[in-house]
Amino acid sequence: MLEIVLISSLKVVVIMAAVLTGCAYATYMERKVVARLQHRVGPTYAGPYGLLQPIADAVKLIFKEDIVPNRVERITWGLAPLVSFVPALLTFIVVPFGADIELFGRQIKMVGSDLNIGILFILAVTSLGVYGIVLAGWSSGSKYSLMGGIRSSAQMISYEVGYGLSIIGVILVANTLSLRELVEQQASVGDWFIWRQPLGFILYLTCAIAETNRLPFDMPEAESELVGGYHTEYSSMRFAMFFMGEYANMLAVSAVGATLFFGGWQGPYLPPVVWFILKVFMFMFFYIWLRATFPRFRYDQLMAFGWKVLFPLALLNTMVTAALVML
Amino acid sequence: MNLDTIIFAISAVVAVFGAVMMIGQRNPVASVLYMIVSLVAQAVLYIQLGALFLGAVLIIVYAGAIMVLFLFVIMLLNLRGREDLGAGSPLVSKVTKFVVAGLFVLELGFVVWSGVFPDSGSTGIQSSASEFGSVKVVAELIFMKYLYPFELASILLLAAIVGAVVMAGRAAVTETDESDDDDPVKEQTVDEVHD
Amino acid sequence: MGDEVVALEYEKMIDFTSASINFELIYSEISLLVAAFLILLTAFQRHLARLAPLVALVGIAVSFYFALQQWGNQMSGFFGMITCDDFGTAFKLLFLVVAALTLLIAHRFLIVKRIGSPEFYALLLVSTMGMMVMANTTDLLVMFLGLEIMSVPLYVMAGYARRSLASNEAGIKYFIMGAFASAFLLLGIAFVFGASGTTDLRQIVADYSFIVSNFQNYLYAGAALILIGFGFKIAAVPFHAWVPDVYQGAPTPVTAFFSVGPKAAGFAVMLRVFLFGFEQMGMLTELFWVLAVLTMTVGNVLALRQDNVKRMLAYSSIAHAGYILVALCVGGNDAISAAVFYLLAYAMFNLGAFAVIVLLETRSGCKSDFSELSGLSSSAPYLSAVLALFMFALAGFPPTVGFLGKFYIFSAAIKSGYILLTVIGVMNSFLSVYYYLRIVKTSYFEKFEGTFAPAPYSPAIMVVLFITVIGTLGLGFFPDRVLEFSQSALFAFL
Repeated sequence: MLEIVLISSLKVVVIMAAVLTGCAYATYMERKVVARLQHRVGPTYAGPYGLLQPIADAVKLIFKEDIVPNRVERITWGLAPLVSFVPALLTFIVVPFGADIELFGRQIKMVGSDLNIGILFILAVTSLGVYGIVLAGWSSGSKYSLMGGIRSSAQMISYEVGYGLSIIGVILVANTLSLRELVEQQASVGDWFIWRQPLGFILYLTCAIAETNRLPFDMPEAESELVGGYHTEYSSMRFAMFFMGEYANMLAVSAVGATLFFGGWQGPYLPPVVWFILKVFMFMFFYIWLRATFPRFRYDQLMAFGWKVLFPLALLNTMVTAALVML
Repeated sequence: MNLDTIIFAISAVVAVFGAVMMIGQRNPVASVLYMIVSLVAQAVLYIQLGALFLGAVLIIVYAGAIMVLFLFVIMLLNLRGREDLGAGSPLVSKVTKFVVAGLFVLELGFVVWSGVFPDSGSTGIQSSASEFGSVKVVAELIFMKYLYPFELASILLLAAIVGAVVMAGRAAVTETDESDDDDPVKEQTVDEVHD
Repeated sequence: MGDEVVALEYEKMIDFTSASINFELIYSEISLLVAAFLILLTAFQRHLARLAPLVALVGIAVSFYFALQQWGNQMSGFFGMITCDDFGTAFKLLFLVVAALTLLIAHRFLIVKRIGSPEFYALLLVSTMGMMVMANTTDLLVMFLGLEIMSVPLYVMAGYARRSLASNEAGIKYFIMGAFASAFLLLGIAFVFGASGTTDLRQIVADYSFIVSNFQNYLYAGAALILIGFGFKIAAVPFHAWVPDVYQGAPTPVTAFFSVGPKAAGFAVMLRVFLFGFEQMGMLTELFWVLAVLTMTVGNVLALRQDNVKRMLAYSSIAHAGYILVALCVGGNDAISAAVFYLLAYAMFNLGAFAVIVLLETRSGCKSDFSELSGLSSSAPYLSAVLALFMFALAGFPPTVGFLGKFYIFSAAIKSGYILLTVIGVMNSFLSVYYYLRIVKTSYFEKFEGTFAPAPYSPAIMVVLFITVIGTLGLGFFPDRVLEFSQSALFAFL
């Protein structure tokens, strides 16, 4: 009993630490990659190649003044950053990041918790993430925040439908809801589900970007229109939490995408964990690339795109997949 | 007192607490939040009974989608819980409603207490067979035994959608522009924030 | 009859848990749905929108055909979720007739009031389908879903005249009360399920003695809550408070539909739940006795002082619900067939009365106040004659079918020894004569002083009037066939 508790908590701690570090360095990666794409060099001052930049940022944010505006609804306002951050972290609990290993004569699964409804868990947790943004927007008592919050809730509700449906295709093909089994079914490159669910993958990618509020779907923030969107009124660590939440979300959908479509940790030569991280960062690179390339959608275009293009396509994909599986 | 009992007790108390607080709030957003708390606690109860699928669906559908829509509407109306929700009702009506509600609670309590608890020695929590509540079993129930009610539910939803579109649609064609910036209602509500 | 005997005899008739997914059972529901979908699709082809009523009529006709095919067949399917028996089929036919007549009444009205859109007909069809679902099942879960499918379109239809404040109020009020009632109903079903472990009434009947000996309180609480839930739907006193405002505010054709369709559906379910499922529950009889007396009396007394015809008819519909509750109190085959007969008759003359009101309301500026009827006999002699006929039928005068309906119900009550109840019922009937005849008096003996246009002519409503007059008089003179029909419209197990 004690042993199980110990192992589980150790795993959770390791995963959390890894994700937090990942978030920090995702910001670094974003700045570097965007800089390169724009013929700049990006951060170089702190440490070699600017590698210590995320730490410098963190220190700066911690020492900033924590401003609580007068008009906010205290409790919800304080709660919102946490609510946006925690669900993203929770996602990683069920994502497998390596093959089982033997440690001190004991079989250890390289996954926080091998739920047999892992995918449903991810959907459930992802769907809770929207509250952070909605509550932040509502409780800030500022018009920019409110608009950011309204836009975001509308956007996330709309795209969550497509997100869920695009995953259903994979579930139908794999006939399981456990992420571990999903990975095991994709042993070689030829077995990757992206080959069997190409449309599903594209839909997943698009919806995931919208879910995480990234460019070109970053309506909730839209600096040029809404100042800072839902986090206009936040400063210091509260702001940092939103920031981390955004990157944790990106990492989460990347990890899930890698698991669903690219065989998770499966790969030759290199150790599984490395493969997993590589695949996740491939997704991340794609995200950043998109950000540097595309202009922002207009809000009504965004909603129309979600409901009139992605949603029917996702339905079609589900139906076709179901028919093919039946045959 | 094993772990199961403790978890059950905590989540049951939280579920009831959330439900009660939800009714008691003047601030609609707080109501929604308490309801989410209650729903999550209920999901824990389901999961504890082995109904993993049901628990997950409860969160995805209710906490994740429906309550977000509630919040969305509250935000569109920009209810911040400070407005007058109507003066208190007259004393007679207050007394009547509390008496009636009290009687109802008493009656329910009587019913529950006098009912036979199957074996009151146990904690009342029995984890059912492992297959129970799994996706497969639920799917078989839905698409075999409960096929007809399931399809009926879809028709009900369709009717509700058509109804909502009829009530909200046509006459307001000029107002249904999705973009926030030129929506007069929203502009107005935002201004109120700065009053 | 002991429980085992019922169960045994019953199992001989119907396969208890028939697993067959037998679409024949729901052909008539499906045809309504198909028509509704076709109508909804006209949203993409607006120039086809005016075909909507036609499509709806065809759908109803096809559905009627399939329902007729089922007459005499007793089957169960979809894992016991559907039970087709003549009781259910009779109600199916009734609902379809009501829907068709409502459609004909509504067509002109919607155009004149500029609130018409094809969705109205789709909602009407879906609502009718919900009623059919309700009547053709012994499963509480399906009943609940059917009830909701019936109610949700009705909420919208009540508020269909969106520019009218009264209509909005009606929609909201009906919606809130309906949701409230549904909550009670659902809680009741949950209690019954908790007590019996099943939502199927047949199972409950079979295991009744076991359930009662172990979980009596849960079952009784469940039955009481279910009664409250349906009490709202059929507008029994004390659950009637929403009725007058909703009936007055809703567009009149919708009111016509309200007063007949959902009421009949509610009674169909109540008859099945309380006279079959909970038949052995003793205390229900007294409960229904009180409900029936209250409903009749309150409905009639409040109807006396109304100045608006729609409002008056709202209270009158409450009173009529009271008469049918007498049948529920009495129980037994006679009472069931009397209730079916009464609902059929009531549908005829009530829809007829509303058709006249609708016709008059298509004149501009009419609000259906009593004063608007004055002098009708000189400006529209035939119409006022027809209206008078319906009023006589509502009051229960012979030779109309209204008299026969009451006669059958009260004779069933007397046969079972409910003398006092019958006396109260008859007294109430006398009371109701006052306000029904007030309409006749106004239209025949009062001079008209305003400047209303003469009643317009509408072929669809003429058809409705023709059918309902035939129904009201013809069935009154020759009740044999209908009586035969309603007498064979019994639960499958009997």
